[in-house]
Amino acid sequence: MSWLLPHGASTFVGEIDWLYYLILWITGIAFVLVQVLLVWFMIRYRARPGRKATYYHGNTRFEIIWTTVTAVVVVIIGVLSAGRWNRIKGRDKVPANATPLVVHAKQFEWLVTYPGADGALGSADDFQVRSQLHLVVGQPVSVLLTSEDAIHSFFIPAFRIKQDAVPGMNIRVWFQPTEVGEYELGCAELCGLGHYRMRATVTVHSREDFDRWARDRAARAAN
Amino acid sequence: MAHAGALHDEDVMLPPPGREPGAGVYNEKLGMWVFLGSEIMFFTALIGTYIILRVAHPTAWKAPGEVLAVPITAINTFLLICSSVTMVKAFAAVQDGNLSGLRKWLIATVLIGSTFVGVQVYEYRHLIEKGFVPSEGLYGSTFYTMTGFHGFHVTIGVICLIFVTWRAFQGRYSAKDYRGVEVIGLYWHFVDLVWIILFTIVYLI
Amino acid sequence: MATTIGHVEEVTLGGAEVHADTRSFVRKYIFSTDHKIIGIQFLIMSLIFLLLGGVLAMVIRWQLGFPKQPMPMGGVLPETMAPGGVVLPEFYNSLVTMHGTFMVFFAIMPLLVGVFGNYLIPLKIGAPDMAFPRINMASFWIAVPAGFLMLAGFFVEGGHAAAGWTSYAPLSERADLSGVSMGQILWCISLIVLGLSSILGSFNYITTIINMRAPGMWWFRLPLSIWSLFVTAILVLLAMPILSGAIIMLLFDQTIGTHFFGPAQGGQPLLWQHLFWFFGHPEVYILILPAMGMASDIIANGARKPIFGYTSMVLAILGIGVLGWGVWGHHMFMSGMNPTLGTQFMISTMLIAVPSAIKVFNWLGTMWMGNIRFHVPMLHAMAFVSMFTIGGLSGIFMAATPVDIYIHYTYFIVAHLHYVLFGGSLFAIFAAVTFWYPKMFGRMMSPFWGRVHFFLTFIFYNLVFFPMHNLGLHGHMRRIYDPTQYDFLKPVQPINELISISAFLLFATQLIFAVNFIVSWFKGAKAPENPWEDNGLEWTVPSPPPHGNFVTVPQVYRAPYEYSSPFVTEDFLPQNRELPEAAPSAAPHS
Repeated sequence: MSWLLPHGASTFVGEIDWLYYLILWITGIAFVLVQVLLVWFMIRYRARPGRKATYYHGNTRFEIIWTTVTAVVVVIIGVLSAGRWNRIKGRDKVPANATPLVVHAKQFEWLVTYPGADGALGSADDFQVRSQLHLVVGQPVSVLLTSEDAIHSFFIPAFRIKQDAVPGMNIRVWFQPTEVGEYELGCAELCGLGHYRMRATVTVHSREDFDRWARDRAARAAN
Repeated sequence: MAHAGALHDEDVMLPPPGREPGAGVYNEKLGMWVFLGSEIMFFTALIGTYIILRVAHPTAWKAPGEVLAVPITAINTFLLICSSVTMVKAFAAVQDGNLSGLRKWLIATVLIGSTFVGVQVYEYRHLIEKGFVPSEGLYGSTFYTMTGFHGFHVTIGVICLIFVTWRAFQGRYSAKDYRGVEVIGLYWHFVDLVWIILFTIVYLI
Repeated sequence: MATTIGHVEEVTLGGAEVHADTRSFVRKYIFSTDHKIIGIQFLIMSLIFLLLGGVLAMVIRWQLGFPKQPMPMGGVLPETMAPGGVVLPEFYNSLVTMHGTFMVFFAIMPLLVGVFGNYLIPLKIGAPDMAFPRINMASFWIAVPAGFLMLAGFFVEGGHAAAGWTSYAPLSERADLSGVSMGQILWCISLIVLGLSSILGSFNYITTIINMRAPGMWWFRLPLSIWSLFVTAILVLLAMPILSGAIIMLLFDQTIGTHFFGPAQGGQPLLWQHLFWFFGHPEVYILILPAMGMASDIIANGARKPIFGYTSMVLAILGIGVLGWGVWGHHMFMSGMNPTLGTQFMISTMLIAVPSAIKVFNWLGTMWMGNIRFHVPMLHAMAFVSMFTIGGLSGIFMAATPVDIYIHYTYFIVAHLHYVLFGGSLFAIFAAVTFWYPKMFGRMMSPFWGRVHFFLTFIFYNLVFFPMHNLGLHGHMRRIYDPTQYDFLKPVQPINELISISAFLLFATQLIFAVNFIVSWFKGAKAPENPWEDNGLEWTVPSPPPHGNFVTVPQVYRAPYEYSSPFVTEDFLPQNRELPEAAPSAAPHS
């Protein structure tokens, strides 16, 4: 039952996990402080015969101090968040060399369109695969997310990415896997009765393995 | 809320006596103002939706007058404004103790208000016959929802006005207690104001 | 002002507020205009829905802990929900939807606003009743059909609403996508009706607090429970109509073919989210502010000490009420809205953490140097502070937009919302029910069983909800019928089992509270006028108070939390107790 994040395998892991741990430390300290004070006061100031509480209405100086500290801390967290958020989700931040993909979410599967050997979408060598994402390690991908029906959400925990797919909207989400391996994609927005099984496999290949896979697909599609 | 046999000769048109100073007006009036706050938010949701959808998808709308009958609705708008004037006159009458004036102007308000609703219903039937229905698109969806709920509020207002008029005929209002008249007046003016906004953005733009 | 309510003539202006009560049984207890009776009516209705919401949670936890296993007693459920006692995926989606809907709209909100708003406001401000007693009665009796409509959805073809309590479009408006038609429609109609009930209540509360405070009850002498109920009523007044508007549009999309939220003709799914959360965020402050206010009253009482920083506490309530309107987009960071908007909402959300933090520090400051009595309400109130802190701190993770990319729509969110709604609101409700029970019913609840209930609830509650943080950090999504579909979730399935077993024990523990509540009504120790030695005006009248509340209009002399005052020998000093000329009423403001 860990407060550690599971192993991540994309370039966003550094940014997101770092911020998470910072917040964990800050909130952890605040948590311990509050709970310890609460328990200490319960014990120290419990009612005993012959005692009276101190007739005290507050201390404006203390209040100004702790209000300012709290405000400064949350503003710092905000500033640290803003830059990271912009780098990850900023609409102009998609790398120019990213491989374009289309992922069309529908009840209850993910239709992935690959650009084929020419690397461009909308050309004759595009091909579509159901609920399998195949990526090249170290190569960014830029996914155009669309939906057929309800709102779905494209969630790959290991890559720390999530983006809702909304019918009627074309939404871009990009990421760059950093390790070869097998991962999972799940739907993270209730989309109907099959929501719980709207799963896809995510395979990150080496360049050669990916090319081999893509050639196999093209060959099988031609037959 | 009139009552017989007040044990003390206090002024019901003032805030509740013997209390910490509050809003400076009697409860019913404060209550109506506060309630109108919720009505403002309700129409904000509908009108805000209309603005957002129209700005995002302007081609779903036709030019003013292409589908909707602007002239007759303009006359209807004028009528509703007149009914606010008659309402003010009714209020002024009862303030002066002119009870026959109160009754006369209240009846006028009821009649004009009912006419407004009648014309709106007639317009709806006409539009539906023409094929302009709520399901036709964003234009129909927003038009019928906004004007429909406004019409619903006017209808409730007319029903309340009939009730107030009946009480006026029963002699329940006087220069010393005209709370019911003032409170329905506030509601009626509000409904009129919403219509002026709706007419402008739905029929003229 | 002479007002005729039923057959009771009430007169104020220095005269008697209470006269002989000649009302019939029906007028006294069923169609009553007495705010105290209406408060108790809301209490009974809300506790029933709280129980129902809990039952639904048990079925959810059964399926999550033991996926696709037949449930004990599951045979009572029809084939459309759980054939052979095994929960179906479509029923599961209804369960999560209705658990949220029942708890938010029919349990927590009416418990805080309908029960304690009604019961406490006139008593604590020194008024004979609400400004509009008949409208108050209407408010309750309109909520009742809303409740029946919401229950009816379980019995219609297609089952109950299944698009989440948040009812996102287009899933919620297309029966071909959700499998549910009549259920979603009933959900919409029920909430429209409930909205009317809430709005009627809210303008009544606001008018009463503004215009009917007893002489000397200045704004800055109001107890924090009343301040919080006042701001909450304003939030209800302004936010519920937005929900009503949105639901009307959803209902029209469902029934007459309008196109507000469906993209086919230019409608916008995100518009639903904006409207819903513009209501929804003030709604969550509606669900916590009265809890905070009542906790303040009870903590000052338990600590026998003035509230630390009363003025800041008031400003924090006002601050939360105002700032709460500007953060709604933090529910929509992943929605596809412009990321720049996301940054703006992130900033406003970070700022709203500040007034809540101030309140926590001031509650601690109240206990500091106190003389703490650990009566059952105080136990729950201290747990409230402790658990609300956890809920508030976990909120910071999701306010930080990059972290929210990972934890949005996972069990981390479920943990957060339950820490604030259960750890926060519900513990405060347990505190408040126990605290004001003697005034309501003239009897004390059993302190022994109150303690047993408290300790067991506290332990099991944390066993249920704390591990949900870890589930979420592992990537466990919300609202999924069978987590074992995902390989990466299989290792944490034992945590789901632990949570489920703890949840069953937590639910069973609530039976102790239910039995204590019911039995004490008939057999509890008779309550004196002021069993908790509290300063509030309600404790200066009999338990329960007569119709009309006060024999003479109270005159208020001081602030609400003058405990351990040097000017008297007792450690409490009611707001309306007159002291000899020589003694000042309160210490100069520090």
